[in-house]
Amino acid sequence: MEFLKPPPVRRLDLEHAPEAKEAPERGTTPSRNGNGNGSSPSGFSSANRRRIGAPQLSIPRMEIEELSVAYDGKLAVKEVSLPVRQGEVLALIGPSGCGKTTLLRSLNRLTELTKSASLNGRITLDGTDIRTMEPTSLRRRVTMVFQQPNPFPMSVFDNLAYVLREQGSRRGSRKSLHDPVCEALDRAGLLEEVKDDLSHPALKLSGGQQQRLCIARSLVAKPEVLLLDEPCSALDPQSTQKIEELIVKLREDVAVVIVTHNLQQAYRVADYVGFMYLGDLVEYGGAKKVFGKPDEDRTKEYISGGFG
Amino acid sequence: MRLWGKRARPTASPSTAATNIAAESTGAWRLSDRIGLAICWFLGLLFCAIAAAIVIYLFIQGIKYVRPELLTTSPKTGFNQSETGGFLDPLVGTFMVGVIGIAIALPVGVAIAVWLSEFGRPFALARIVESTVEMIAGTPSIVLALFGTVIFSSTALAFLSRESGGVVFGRSFIAAGFMLSLVALPLVVSSTREGLQAIPQHVREASYAVGKTKAATTRRILLPAARPSVATGAMLGLGRIIGDTAIIVVLLGALQNFEPTGSAFPLDYFQGAGSTLTNYVYSNAPTGELNNPQKAYAAAFVLLVIVLFLNAAVDVVHRNSRKAGSWNS
Repeated sequence: MEFLKPPPVRRLDLEHAPEAKEAPERGTTPSRNGNGNGSSPSGFSSANRRRIGAPQLSIPRMEIEELSVAYDGKLAVKEVSLPVRQGEVLALIGPSGCGKTTLLRSLNRLTELTKSASLNGRITLDGTDIRTMEPTSLRRRVTMVFQQPNPFPMSVFDNLAYVLREQGSRRGSRKSLHDPVCEALDRAGLLEEVKDDLSHPALKLSGGQQQRLCIARSLVAKPEVLLLDEPCSALDPQSTQKIEELIVKLREDVAVVIVTHNLQQAYRVADYVGFMYLGDLVEYGGAKKVFGKPDEDRTKEYISGGFG
Repeated sequence: MRLWGKRARPTASPSTAATNIAAESTGAWRLSDRIGLAICWFLGLLFCAIAAAIVIYLFIQGIKYVRPELLTTSPKTGFNQSETGGFLDPLVGTFMVGVIGIAIALPVGVAIAVWLSEFGRPFALARIVESTVEMIAGTPSIVLALFGTVIFSSTALAFLSRESGGVVFGRSFIAAGFMLSLVALPLVVSSTREGLQAIPQHVREASYAVGKTKAATTRRILLPAARPSVATGAMLGLGRIIGDTAIIVVLLGALQNFEPTGSAFPLDYFQGAGSTLTNYVYSNAPTGELNNPQKAYAAAFVLLVIVLFLNAAVDVVHRNSRKAGSWNS
């Protein structure tokens, strides 16, 4: 039965992207209503898939082994095993309540903040069990971006300086922190827009800028793994496109795990895809395979819009 | 019909309705609903009228009698109103109890609110603290005042007020300020808690997710974000302190002038008894013991101006905090 066509979207292709297209986008300030001249996400014609990342590029970072998470005894994640590698983007897809966010949050032990949550199984970061690590130092190495943009109520600069400074201290002069802050803003593609006024209140930026600031904030500590929990679901298409391009670029020096409801987004950015359903990891594999020729019927149905 | 909008104008007649933007008309409402709405309007306007009457009356009376020299001369005893001086002492006294009360209520209240909202374990203890604060909020200030006399008349606390022949008077600015801080405390606690609870959980998690501890998050993210609410609570509390009479009468001695006592200046003023504007108005009111109605109106006017000023400041803080932007929850 030949039933599945890949979702009708254009695959992000930075290597082959025409330079002229990217240049003007950098300078423009993104408008919140995002109905500008950004290319529409449904570019059928140029559906050339990016080659899956060459294996020699990917470095194993985290290993999830038989992880189960339960809330009040009710299993939200059931014995999931997954590798997280630098050099590739791992997307977790699945319907609401399937445990993908819980899985993501257990990677930097944020699940522990929920009193009723209990964890089973093992997660390692560079070979070390994360349970043996200080949560604060783990979370500096495995940082997270949330669904809603949540810059701290301070200036753009202070948002990043806060991360660099020792816990609650104010030590560390503006001058000494300037370079790492600007570098992180640059990596998040925000530097051009904010460099003239780093003391601008962060909550006054547009939604897309706020979210890129949150990405910059997560990058400034130089983490090994970047977790993204539906980072674009509160944003307009233009900001979404910028962040997706950013994600594809970032995978070179940081392992990226993204949770998304948006199948087309997963298709655009992911190298590997994990499909979760009711706490099970139903299918895991290269994006091409999961979207093109999935093994499981549930994956087929979900991807072709059967449910979800 | 949008009751809260700027254009809450029901379409009056069919001829104008054609040109107006169509809106839901109350004509289609049930009679009981229409009567209910009319009662709401009437009571709302009545309330506004009463408030306006108080303010306008006091302003007229106050402006008639208030003189700059009243603010700079101390009360004197005299037979007619031209001889009784001004109310410098009560005015300064009002500021003194305000400062002492808020200086105690603000740090304690913020600490309680932070603990309740961010820590609050064990749960039973949190419930106890919560109901204790609610209980203090519901306690009439005269009861607090009575309790204050018990505390501050004890010999161990003699250094806080006047003592003569082994009898501790228990009346001083410190004693009154301390008990008045209990009047302001619940307002500071509830306002700060509201401010903290308005911060979405994901903002806290964002701070944890870059490796910050709960302490650092509370200090650098949560408290600064809740600052407008803290300021609001402090100003509302200050308004309550300034307006309280019972504690002043019982714990400050219902005098007219300062009565410094004990150690060196300026400590002697805090240890001594005195007066505030509320108790000055109380004794000078037509039914009071001194009966200087003109002075009472002038002092009441000054008191009202101070309280209205505080309320306006709360509004300014709110408007500024709304302008500063916030998160989606």
